[in-house]
Amino acid sequence: MTDMTGMSRDAGGIRADYMAQVRRKRMMDGIILIVFVTLMVTGFMVADDRNAGGFWEGLHRLFDFPKEVLGEAFEKVGELPAHLWKFLPSLIETINIAAASTLIGTMLGMVLSLLSTRGMAKWPRLIPLFRRIMDIMRAMPEIVIALVLIFVMGGGPVPAMVAIAFHTAGAMGKLFSEVNENASLKPVEGLQSVGASWTQRMWLGVIPQVAPNYFSYALLRFEVNIRASAILGFVGAGGIGYELRNAMSWGKGQYDEAAAIFILLFATIVVVDQLSSLVRERLTHGKTERKLEKASA
Amino acid sequence: MSITANETDFLKIQADRHFAKKKLMSFGLPVLVVAYLTYIFFAFDILGLAQRFEADNARALVADSYSYKTHVTRDNRSGDVSVAIEGERKGTYPKGTSPEWVTLGDTDTVIDLGDGHVVTFGADNFVSYDVPEYGVITAQPSRAKGVQAVLPEGEMPEWINASKNRMTITTEAGRLTITRNRTEVFRYFTGWELFFFTLDSPYHGLPVGEVMARALGGEASAIWQDFWTNKMWRHQDVAWAIFETILMAFLGTMGAAMVALPLAFLAAKNFTPLVVVRQITRRFFDFFRGVDALIWTIVLARAFGPGPLTGALAILITDTGSFGKMFSEALENVDQKQIEGVQSTGAKPIQRYRFGVIPQVTPVLMSQVLYFLESNTRSATIIGAITGGGIGLMLTQAMITQKDWEEVTYYIVLIILMVMVMDWFSGWLRRKLITGDESGH
Repeated sequence: MTDMTGMSRDAGGIRADYMAQVRRKRMMDGIILIVFVTLMVTGFMVADDRNAGGFWEGLHRLFDFPKEVLGEAFEKVGELPAHLWKFLPSLIETINIAAASTLIGTMLGMVLSLLSTRGMAKWPRLIPLFRRIMDIMRAMPEIVIALVLIFVMGGGPVPAMVAIAFHTAGAMGKLFSEVNENASLKPVEGLQSVGASWTQRMWLGVIPQVAPNYFSYALLRFEVNIRASAILGFVGAGGIGYELRNAMSWGKGQYDEAAAIFILLFATIVVVDQLSSLVRERLTHGKTERKLEKASA
Repeated sequence: MSITANETDFLKIQADRHFAKKKLMSFGLPVLVVAYLTYIFFAFDILGLAQRFEADNARALVADSYSYKTHVTRDNRSGDVSVAIEGERKGTYPKGTSPEWVTLGDTDTVIDLGDGHVVTFGADNFVSYDVPEYGVITAQPSRAKGVQAVLPEGEMPEWINASKNRMTITTEAGRLTITRNRTEVFRYFTGWELFFFTLDSPYHGLPVGEVMARALGGEASAIWQDFWTNKMWRHQDVAWAIFETILMAFLGTMGAAMVALPLAFLAAKNFTPLVVVRQITRRFFDFFRGVDALIWTIVLARAFGPGPLTGALAILITDTGSFGKMFSEALENVDQKQIEGVQSTGAKPIQRYRFGVIPQVTPVLMSQVLYFLESNTRSATIIGAITGGGIGLMLTQAMITQKDWEEVTYYIVLIILMVMVMDWFSGWLRRKLITGDESGH
């Protein structure tokens, strides 16, 4: 890029060029920073303006509600175990929604990803089609499908499960197809040479290679889906979210149930979070150890 | 010799065990999955779903998403006839005007449903419906005697549902409902009604070319005004709602990144040797993440009221936990040499961070932040539905009324487009900003 004609070769010229470049870069950085800060500040002001209550008036009230809930929970601490026990079934329902939708979504995503990876696809011409399908599935927020399905088939866990599974399939499909890109095609070719069908080639040639990665992504997704299924419950799709909305609607003086649900939800998320990161760590570390063994052998 | 034999035996046993384990995995895992799904099948009462399935709702939803109906209603007490699109006040034709297929007369109102189907509202509440290949159905509803329907000879077909006080005739051309108090005709049309201009706008029903010509002729702002303030579709409110949703995602994500970055240094092993500080910071992150956006939204909505700010703060707090964890992991993986290099030039700690650490981690952090920006657009839709802001709220409101399914479809399409655009935008930004390692993804 730099001018290489004799004149600028001398030290002074290079220095001037360099300084000019640095100045230009700094200016660009500065402009980006100014744009960013302006966006943040005006964005905050607009959001504050369109909010029912202002930020500064609300700030000191921030802890009122948690204080109230905690206070009531402490007051009726004797009833807490009973409440925890009472809401356990709905917590299990929430976890089941998350688990089932992760399972179904992962399986669907697996098929979609195999159908949209070059070298593995059953119908190579349809790869772009399957990619677009995954894009749309991924872009679909869970709440959209959940609300429509609640309208059609009434409340309950199934709308939430379908909604989350649908989005999960798209999201997993994309991640999985990235994993598939790195898988070796040699086993597939080998299986093909002995006359294996597409399903056999995929199940025996590709899946064993990518399974640990798939599993790790699926676990991460399970975590995300527990949160999603709790939120969907709040808009009417069963599980602990639904109980939380009911408990909240009792109002002042009745927050002990809400507190119990908060505790259950918090504990579940933390436990699943820790467990999944433990398993995932073991999964990746196990792999590196094996790799190291191979390398040293 | 015997040693090698032993060794092969041992290897064989090991291999057998390995195979047995593999077999167990490849058969046991699918069995486990099937067993779990069977459990779910019964736990979620999938069989009972068929009973709860409300086919009418589904049909209304699908039909409404691509078509609309115009109501022609006569109040049998006053005799007034009104024509309204979707039966809404916003879509009512001004008195004395009607679409061309409805002829308002002094006594008779003739409604042409197309394909030879003609409904006539006569004097004294008299109604007749001429159905081709069937005959003329008449009725004389009155307060005292009910509908008093007269059907052609023969068995009553199944598309007519008649009782003393109510008669409904559903044909492919439309629907006629007669009760004692009201006579109502629906005619169905394909498309979204009044999407651009409502009936009170002078531009309603004009061809596109004509509107364009008028726009060029200096009426552009008036045309825009009529479109933008369309009462039926509320384009202005929808645009604001989409903007609010994106704003929530943007403020939340970027705010979280800015809060999390300095805290992440406190949680990284190589920057904070003090175990206590590290542990406390990490537990803070776990807490913020664990409480979950749902609970944060509820708590914050109590303090700040419903609106985009509450949503943005809920995203901000939850993601501060996620970013803190991810950033601190990225910081633990930085190359120490670069920092030492900067240090050797006599840089102070702040300068060491700025020039030794930040350039190393920026690409990683940027890419994580941008991934979150896209996924938070989706979260903001859901949070908006709970906390009352953005397109999520409009969607739930439209669904609660249970009639404007075309608007629901419109919002769904917009939401998907919005997320896809954000996905594309964050990907583009990622490629633009992170120019170091071009590994493909």
